[in-house]
Amino acid sequence: MIHILKNRILKGIVTRHIDLGLPIEINAAGSELKILIQKRFGRSLNIREVDTGSCGACESEIISANNPIYDLQRFGINFVASPRHADALLVTGPVSKNMLIALKKTYDAMPEPKFVITCGDCALDGGPFKDSYYVEKKVKDIIPVVLHIPGCPPSPTNIIQSLLSFLIN
Amino acid sequence: MDSTEIITRIKNKLPGFDALSIAQNYPDEICIKISPQIFKDTCYVLHKILLSPVMMLFACDERKTASKFVINSVFVSLKSGQWVTVSMDLPQENPSFDSLAKTIHSAGLFEREIYEMFGIEPKGHPDLRRLRLHDEVWPQGNYPLRKDFKQACEGNLNEYKFNRVEGDGIFEVSVGPVHAGIIGPGHFRFSVAGEPIVNLEIRLGFTHRGVEKLFEDKNCFVAMRLSECISGDSSFAHSLSFVQAIEKICGSVIPAQAVYIRAIFLELERLYNHVNDIGGMAVDVGFSFPAAYASVLKEAILQLNYNLTGSRYLKKINVVGGILIDIDDAKKQLLLKSLENIKQDFNELVKMLYSSVSFMDRVDSTGVLRKKTAEDLGVVGIAGRASGIPLDLRKYFPSVYKEAKFKMAIQESGDVLARLRIRIFEFTESCRLIDEFTQKLSEGQKISVTPELKEGVALGYQEGWRGPVLYWLKIDSAGLIQRCKIVDPSFNNWQGLSYAVLGNIIPDFPLCNKSFDLSYSGNDL
Repeated sequence: MIHILKNRILKGIVTRHIDLGLPIEINAAGSELKILIQKRFGRSLNIREVDTGSCGACESEIISANNPIYDLQRFGINFVASPRHADALLVTGPVSKNMLIALKKTYDAMPEPKFVITCGDCALDGGPFKDSYYVEKKVKDIIPVVLHIPGCPPSPTNIIQSLLSFLIN
Repeated sequence: MDSTEIITRIKNKLPGFDALSIAQNYPDEICIKISPQIFKDTCYVLHKILLSPVMMLFACDERKTASKFVINSVFVSLKSGQWVTVSMDLPQENPSFDSLAKTIHSAGLFEREIYEMFGIEPKGHPDLRRLRLHDEVWPQGNYPLRKDFKQACEGNLNEYKFNRVEGDGIFEVSVGPVHAGIIGPGHFRFSVAGEPIVNLEIRLGFTHRGVEKLFEDKNCFVAMRLSECISGDSSFAHSLSFVQAIEKICGSVIPAQAVYIRAIFLELERLYNHVNDIGGMAVDVGFSFPAAYASVLKEAILQLNYNLTGSRYLKKINVVGGILIDIDDAKKQLLLKSLENIKQDFNELVKMLYSSVSFMDRVDSTGVLRKKTAEDLGVVGIAGRASGIPLDLRKYFPSVYKEAKFKMAIQESGDVLARLRIRIFEFTESCRLIDEFTQKLSEGQKISVTPELKEGVALGYQEGWRGPVLYWLKIDSAGLIQRCKIVDPSFNNWQGLSYAVLGNIIPDFPLCNKSFDLSYSGNDL
């Protein structure tokens, strides 16, 4: 316990300022965005992530976006455990044949209104795997996609910036 | 040990042994060609005398050039720091061979893989269900790694049959492929009697992308980038094994500076993954502060990677013949300074975990993988060392690690705590190694050579953070890849997990799983 308290005090607040390229300060953007999200989605924006065959780097960066340094939750965006709780689906990876049914079922399990975001180069068009015998068509040909976050993998800052600017606009 | 000594030892155990050819292509590789009749016995003898599991077992389709299939089985001789490959030719019509799986358990999964990808039957194999090409979506009779495969033809679809445990009070709990957390897809079928797990069947292959086929007919310089996308958390280890195989074939001598820089990056990859796993274990027991603390630490290492190379996951820096990024004096200072802070924070993290009684209670004697089971399954890497298997390629193969007096971590108890301790020890050791390697760097040295592509076959191997990452490559004179066989340490270790959880309760499964932290994509390929 003593170590925890010591480190808690020594470390202080580690959360980093994220530049959104907006005229307003980030803290203001954070709170404004929270209000915006609350207006549009009731409480928070809840995202369910599905890996359809990614190498794991995108997942690692999405997890990093939730760490205390980037702290995606401060903007009112949460990752949830079930598609039933989700407003948005975040898809990573080229769609492996084995994941096609799972992807569709996950999407179908989400309540309306809902939208889909793809994350990482593989999810756009299969990336380096697009010519494979086991990779299905693009995610956007299976379910409607409204936003793509490019990168291999996209950094946590990219992920947060893309998500926030999409939501603000 | 040279090839004649190995042959003598095989002959002592197997009087009828006769090799068709013996070649020592590289100082660390011995290749023995034998007839199919004695393949099974020879592999068994080698398995016994080298005390090695089957490290690789795979087929090559050479019907076009030589009207045959070739099966290669690779063993490791730790004593002499060598790889021993046993190979045999099979006829192109109705190819089959006697299964090794009943005598050498670690061959089992590889044989299933050969059967599903090439249609070569391992006769007498107890379980020939497919691993990656799911029966529900992939018609029977399509073998994608055969050279004449273009696209899947129509055929019957089947349903996968899970192993069933029957009896009073047995319940099945099925989980996945889409999990609650932000992780890869896999299906876990638990059979429980009350609380304890009596059987766990892990069905994988959900992230199968056909990468071995994608490598084929690609120029090896282009394929380099593909090797970085096999397993995102081991992208450097994978690309390093891949280039090592090509460099062996080309006979390139890598500048010393590049060798040290590569070793530094390999250790940095180990650092961020180890701290990530330690944090993950804290998450899975609900110990949130150390978990958050570890994620901050992981971020610091990823940031350091970025500042050194421009890539958080050390991608696009390896090239055939060397490395693209030099570590000059400024970067050296940055590296050493950051490492100092990272070490300090890491020690605090360890203190927090070790001083928490409830945390220790959760990890101690949970998820035990016995040494015998681990040996039989061919479990490697962290999981193997935690169960008392002293296999770490860094220790046994001549490299910069030997001169840095690398110390291998080893534990006996095989539980979650043992795997945690291995990581903690290795973290500290890796910091020391990076320190040592950094001292050897000097500014303005050559960091790459231009290789001359040649035709040939070679094995690339690196001890990634999870365990040995193996690449067996065959390239033609134009530098096009004919066959690339990849073995990620996850491949055999997933089986280890299904044995480690037996007798534990399902709430402890995430913890056991995290203590192995295996790659879905590295396994599924």
